[in-house]
Amino acid sequence: MELSLTTRTVGEHTVLDVGGEVDVYTAPRLRERLVELVDGGARNVVVDLAKVDFLDSTGLGVLVGALKRLRAAGGTFGLVCAKEPLLKIFRITALDQVFPIYPSVEAATSERSDNPPTA
Amino acid sequence: MATVRLSFSPAPVHVRTARLVGVAVARRAGVAEDLLDEVRLAIGEACTRAVALHNQYDIPDLVMVEMSDSDSYTVRVIDRAPIEASIGLTKLPPDELADESLTDEALTTGVGFALLAGFVDDLQVRPVDEGIGTEVRMVWPVARR
Repeated sequence: MELSLTTRTVGEHTVLDVGGEVDVYTAPRLRERLVELVDGGARNVVVDLAKVDFLDSTGLGVLVGALKRLRAAGGTFGLVCAKEPLLKIFRITALDQVFPIYPSVEAATSERSDNPPTA
Repeated sequence: MATVRLSFSPAPVHVRTARLVGVAVARRAGVAEDLLDEVRLAIGEACTRAVALHNQYDIPDLVMVEMSDSDSYTVRVIDRAPIEASIGLTKLPPDELADESLTDEALTTGVGFALLAGFVDDLQVRPVDEGIGTEVRMVWPVARR
């Protein structure tokens, strides 16, 4: 399935809904959108992976790039993911120790102290 | 034993095709349904690695993927890059993953290898028998038919 990217605002958070396949071919588009968001002033970014059906190392690299960019800008970056196959990818690569991963957009956009990440 | 062989120009757009074919042949070969996601990811990672190496070394040759089933489902992904390029295959420790000094390219390579090693029990990376290049060989069990 083709990559889909939709942005919305939830409180002080910018939520990027990603759908379809994130791979070596489509990941550059995801990178461009995330760079646009940060350059456009977004500082609390949440990427919702609920509609992603494939994610590879290139996509993971793009997500780490966004995390670093937001950290450097004094912002926050979180992921929403509740799908076991995707969570397994984060565990195997140890990226579950790098990203805050939340079970829902609601949890990701609420006060973090009340909603610790699931992974 | 049945064999399906696919060759493609080293462009990212074709990696998806290789994944789709690889999974279709795996299903036909009798690989368990619950392993197919892992087969898809591993073939994609091996092909992504091959495409990246061909682009890095400016090699126009085709990337070759060979799928065969006998007692097991074997996928070989063959690139034509200099063998020393494969030394880049290293798994990164968690504290280095978000390190500022790590380039995106190095991160993706490390993460890609972690996925291959994590999802494929029977994985070999070795020089090709003839000429220049590396073969990534992945094997999955098949159900008795």
